[in-house]
Amino acid sequence: MSAPNRELPALVDWVLVPLANLAVAFLVSGLVVLAIGENPLEAVAIMLRGALGYPEGIGFTLYYATGFVFTGLSVAVAFHAGLFNIGSEGQATLGGLGVALVCLTFDGAPWWLVAPFALAAAALFGAAWAFVPAWLQARRGSHIVITTIMFNYLAATLMVWLLVEVLAEPGSMSPETKTFEPATRLPFLREFLMPFGVDLGQSPLNPMVFVALLAAVFVWLLVWRTKFGFEMRTVGQNPTAAVYAGIDPGSVVIVAMLVSGALSGLMAVNEVMGVQHRLLLEFVAGAGFVGIAVALMGRSHPVGVVLSAALFGILYQGGAELSFEKPSISRDMIVVIQALVILFAGALEHMFRPAFARLFARTETGSPRP
Amino acid sequence: MQGPNRSPAAPAPGADARPPAIEFVGIDKRFGATHANRDIHLTIEAGSIHGLVGENGAGKSTLMSILYGFYRADRGDIRVNGRTVDIRSSAQAIAVGIGMVHQQFMLVDTMTVLENVLLGAEGSFMLAPAEKRARAVLARLAADYDLEVDADAIVGSLSVGEQQRVEILKTLYRGAEILILDEPTAVLTPAEVEHLFRILRRLQGEGKTVVVITHKLKEIKAVTDEVSVMRKGEIVATFPTRDTSVEALAEAMVGRRVLLEVEKGPSVPGAVELAVEHLTLKDRRGVVVVDDVSLEVRAGEIVGIAGVAGNGQSELMEVIAGIRHASSGRIRLGATDITTLDPSEIRDLGLAHIPEDRHRMGLVLAFTAEENLMLGHQDDPRWASGLLLDTGALRHTAEAEFAEFDVRPPDPALRTALFSGGNQQKIILAREIGEAPKALIVGQPTRGVDIGAIEAIHRRLIALRDAGRAILLVSAELDEIRSLADRILCMCQGRITGECRPDASEAEIGLMMAGLTGGTAMEARS
Repeated sequence: MSAPNRELPALVDWVLVPLANLAVAFLVSGLVVLAIGENPLEAVAIMLRGALGYPEGIGFTLYYATGFVFTGLSVAVAFHAGLFNIGSEGQATLGGLGVALVCLTFDGAPWWLVAPFALAAAALFGAAWAFVPAWLQARRGSHIVITTIMFNYLAATLMVWLLVEVLAEPGSMSPETKTFEPATRLPFLREFLMPFGVDLGQSPLNPMVFVALLAAVFVWLLVWRTKFGFEMRTVGQNPTAAVYAGIDPGSVVIVAMLVSGALSGLMAVNEVMGVQHRLLLEFVAGAGFVGIAVALMGRSHPVGVVLSAALFGILYQGGAELSFEKPSISRDMIVVIQALVILFAGALEHMFRPAFARLFARTETGSPRP
Repeated sequence: MQGPNRSPAAPAPGADARPPAIEFVGIDKRFGATHANRDIHLTIEAGSIHGLVGENGAGKSTLMSILYGFYRADRGDIRVNGRTVDIRSSAQAIAVGIGMVHQQFMLVDTMTVLENVLLGAEGSFMLAPAEKRARAVLARLAADYDLEVDADAIVGSLSVGEQQRVEILKTLYRGAEILILDEPTAVLTPAEVEHLFRILRRLQGEGKTVVVITHKLKEIKAVTDEVSVMRKGEIVATFPTRDTSVEALAEAMVGRRVLLEVEKGPSVPGAVELAVEHLTLKDRRGVVVVDDVSLEVRAGEIVGIAGVAGNGQSELMEVIAGIRHASSGRIRLGATDITTLDPSEIRDLGLAHIPEDRHRMGLVLAFTAEENLMLGHQDDPRWASGLLLDTGALRHTAEAEFAEFDVRPPDPALRTALFSGGNQQKIILAREIGEAPKALIVGQPTRGVDIGAIEAIHRRLIALRDAGRAILLVSAELDEIRSLADRILCMCQGRITGECRPDASEAEIGLMMAGLTGGTAMEARS
């Protein structure tokens, strides 16, 4: 019975188990593709080619991954404090509001002047949206899973009201703000790379991909190299020991959620300032929820989060290509494949661990016991 | 005292030729490295009230959980009414007539008594006929066993004693012939305890068998026919209750062990470092767990608190360390009133705390050893002066401290869970006394620690005393207290029941641990 808790070699724990989960997810996906009468190997080839086979595809893959890195880091930080933040979607939505307000205020100013304010506003609005559930959890014991889910709905409703009644462009029928002036938009990387002969096509990759990597470094430092990170991990691992050590778990929960919300909020800069150039409804498009899978698969470690965000970027971009090339494999089919990856890599993460544990327990003792 | 007696005791008074209600034959159970039950042989006569005593962690609850189908024994058989049974679930336990009243009640607070009794035993698709039937049965049970409870009352609104009666009614409604009560008096007022004992005797009068798990020896004396003592997973003795005494039971529970010799000179007590005045703590339910405790610890002395585990010692330590806050009374450290301070403020004033449960409180097992060295000292300027932690300084300190305290392996980056119990305790010791605190409170310093480490830990504590620090020691190991402490206080049911010198006889200490002093002890003995 103690087998699942056994210590596994780091290589097994960090590489082999996730790979096994991923392999099974793809195997089952392959069976589904087979069932609708297509060749799974061909499907995989199309997906990989679509996501990684040419510069424009890579651009799209990295653009998707950028958003997932932010939401994945957001969920991961909360995990370290023992919190399950389901509210990335709503926090990113509010982050978008912050970005739009800044960009509309300074509309026409050069992007490099506006960007710092946009980043700050995104983080601030995302954190503010996380604050209420965090405070309720810390001081009133309301479960953060429930409250953050409710706040996702509140964010969506708030956005509809704002975009219909308050922020909509006068005379426009669509629920969105006016488009930012070209000077205020984040530049596309394709513009920088074109002179070097790299054609990213129409891919919307923008400088936020670098901010995402910086955020990953920041999270690593915060969690493993600061006093607050230490306190946060203590609260997440053993709240009783935290109280013994003179840490107030409530304060830690609140600050951890503020950081988590801020990271989710930053995701909006990529979308609103970098791609859509206006605030519109549902621009987060599920990235908040994908962040949960990314954090689970990445073991809440920034390196893992970056890698699994890249994987989900491949799935999104490759999936889009696949449904384009194989009309019988619809967009919904891609959702199924993504769901299987989430199921095996996230929800069933521990399914193969006992088997690996037994395997390694045996090899450690030398030979199988009779 | 009577020697350990493994064979079944003489039949209880009034027992006829019925087969024993329960027989455990060679029950053995391990949880990983913990041997929770070792080769248990125990016979519980039909129609008797049988007490099962032992300290927390002695294996009582494991044994009863095996009987009730929560766990499966690794080896051994269980016979109920003479027939070997294989109980794999609580449903099967109920089917063979075993009912259990858990320490934590398994009731739905928002339902009525009637609904709770019916829960899981509805017997029909529609509720109305079952409710009618149950109402009649409840009325009869109430009359037969003194178990009166308003069938339509909401359970959450009942007193703890009434809730317990509902639990007993639940088991009887399901046809239980054998009742197991786990720590039934832990949360009851004295009047409710009296009532419970009346109920138990009525049940016995109707031919039912009752097993009471407890660590309160007075109650065993008051209500049981036979009593078995468990220690470290073994049944060490079974006595007919009338032939035994509270002291003998206390001694059997705590056990005679080889006295570990600790070299120490006489203490030179200085000024009072830690003073506790009329400290009272009530838990969330309002039960008094620490009751008007006053004590003083002087610089250069070790004061030991002896007592059967679960008599308020743990809570007393947590209140002193600031983890819980006193309901009334005062605590002083040196000249400072620390009653309302939080744990980090108290630690900063120079009170170190080695908690009794290192896995639950003293360590974060998933952390590396050096990270645990920082626990509670995360503000220490040695590594927390800058924006980022100075991991180099932490590593350096850890290496020095681990060498000093002989932590093996001396690898600060190793996960704490992978160290042995003794070395985990040494990590805590390095953290808590490495910085030479003014005063130290220590709980169970050598629980689950191998002999070699025990000696090292004891020597450390004596050295700290000789350096003029005040130490308050709580331990369930009487030998440990006697060999380390300069003064011994005994604690029972939240109160300090006596003080003695470490050379007092074991019988004398046992008496005080049982909460009996002078005349009352003579009464209980008769």
